[in-house]
Amino acid sequence: MNGAVVRARPHTYLLTRLNRNKAAVIGLGIILLLAFVAVFAPFLAPHHPYEQNPEQALLPPHPEYPCGTDDLGRCIFSRIIFGTRISLEIGIMVTAITACVGVVMGLIAGYYGRLVDEIIMRLVDILLAFPGLVLALAIAGLLGPGLFNVMLALAVVGWMGYARVVRGAVLAVKEKEFIESAKALGATDFYILTRHILPNVIAPVIVMATLGIGYVVLAAAALSFLGLGVQPPTPVWGAMLNSGKAFMRTAPHLTVFPGLAIMITVLAFNFLGDGLRDILDPRLNEREIE
Amino acid sequence: MLKCIARRLVLMIVVVLGVTMMTFSIMHLAPGDPAEMIAIAKYGMEDLTQEDIERIRKAEGLDAPVYVQYAKWLSHTARGDFGRSLITGEPVLEEIWYRFPATLKLALAAMMVSLFIAVPVGIISALRQYSLIDYLSMTGALIGVCMPNFWLGLLLILLFSVYLGLFPVCGYGGLRHIVLPALTLGTGMAAIVTRLTRSSMLEVLKQDYITTARAKGLSEKKIITDHALKNAFIPVITVIGLQFGHLLEGTVIVETIFAWPGVGKLLVDSIFARDFALIQGCVLIFAVIFVIVNLLVDISYVYLDPKIRYEKEH
Repeated sequence: MNGAVVRARPHTYLLTRLNRNKAAVIGLGIILLLAFVAVFAPFLAPHHPYEQNPEQALLPPHPEYPCGTDDLGRCIFSRIIFGTRISLEIGIMVTAITACVGVVMGLIAGYYGRLVDEIIMRLVDILLAFPGLVLALAIAGLLGPGLFNVMLALAVVGWMGYARVVRGAVLAVKEKEFIESAKALGATDFYILTRHILPNVIAPVIVMATLGIGYVVLAAAALSFLGLGVQPPTPVWGAMLNSGKAFMRTAPHLTVFPGLAIMITVLAFNFLGDGLRDILDPRLNEREIE
Repeated sequence: MLKCIARRLVLMIVVVLGVTMMTFSIMHLAPGDPAEMIAIAKYGMEDLTQEDIERIRKAEGLDAPVYVQYAKWLSHTARGDFGRSLITGEPVLEEIWYRFPATLKLALAAMMVSLFIAVPVGIISALRQYSLIDYLSMTGALIGVCMPNFWLGLLLILLFSVYLGLFPVCGYGGLRHIVLPALTLGTGMAAIVTRLTRSSMLEVLKQDYITTARAKGLSEKKIITDHALKNAFIPVITVIGLQFGHLLEGTVIVETIFAWPGVGKLLVDSIFARDFALIQGCVLIFAVIFVIVNLLVDISYVYLDPKIRYEKEH
């Protein structure tokens, strides 16, 4: 089943395939650019993100302030640049945590089966049967504002998808001969899980995680838009939109630019994720090979 | 089939229990003393004494261990008593019930908006694959998927209310009030349904029975309306059902933007007010609706597609 993915030199193969998918290349390009912006934010931003300048409040975009200024005279462009840091930080951290938790849960459930499987999968069912954003909202709201609480809230509602997919993949690989022979040679469960099963189930996880970062960025922005995320004056895209709401008539640029940043980020991860799925999804590959 | 529904009903109870248990324990882990907050709401900040707080703690049963409190809450809830809002003092169930029609109205309107856009566009894109219309609609769908609904809402207000003055900025009332919120909420779903209608239609058009119908010399119109559409709609209807749950989720944000007096806004307001009874009530209502919708979707599968049978449960 996974035969199509495994090639002599999988990495070169992956890159060539990726190269042929235009949307994925664009997505990857934007992501690299965002990462660059996040890392070198202090050098790229024309102003300090906290620097207030009351005489220059609510200015429309012009060369000195490419995206205009907010009600406190802060440079929107610089704040968006610094906002990239927090958005990517939340997106990557939360996705890393949820993917790890989900993979471990899925591996355990699929490999050991029986009661363990039953317990884990029922927990997954319960959490999947509930609107994640509402739960994240309740958790973030009750724990109070702050970066850690937002990440915790999003992590609690995000790991189930990975667990379900990994479990399914484990069930498909578990009965294969190479697992049998590893067992016969006296390999420990841990060895089999990490060396034999994990590499065979990791492809869908990579796809999900790529799409997942986009989703987390969006959800985090939604929370901070509602006022539940990282608190001002920290530059966060969602919160910037929220505070711009009051000045929609006089300064629409406060509403336009931070939203654009959110959308481009989400779009980039979707592009790359979809591209990776086309390449890594064995079912699609088989169809292509036919 | 009946066995499956029974199984799902049990799962539904477990889901509701699990979710309420989770919010309940988070509330108690959360910073802030609920007894003190009720006391502040009741007597105001100034004349608050420690005795008042302790008295309220006793009266509300807040001195008992968490699991005792949860059991008590559960037994009350099971009898339809959701408690009273800490802030307004009104019964929680009444508050939610009062707000619920607005949320339902918004969700249904959004669903209609999205279907009116998505289904025709999806079908046309499939019939004219790789045409300009196809590319435009697929690009639109992609943007629709990635567009944060809170941003879209603000942009729509900016365009239609601030610049063009066609619709009110926010509020609840007649048809003019619902247009922008419904558009905001429906766009994401429209994008997903458009993509799905297109791909499902393309898939069906490749099937042998379509070729057979063509070979029989049926008109293209008849082939599409009689043979293709019916089959293409099975996955679409499933997704519509599943998306309805997400629409409800979206109401939380959209209602907040447009000051729409529904359950979503009630939840956000109650979170900011730390009105525990009301939060718990709203979360419970969302959980119940979500699970019921999912169940209905699963049941409708069986009627739509005779190939699916639930006897052979995995």
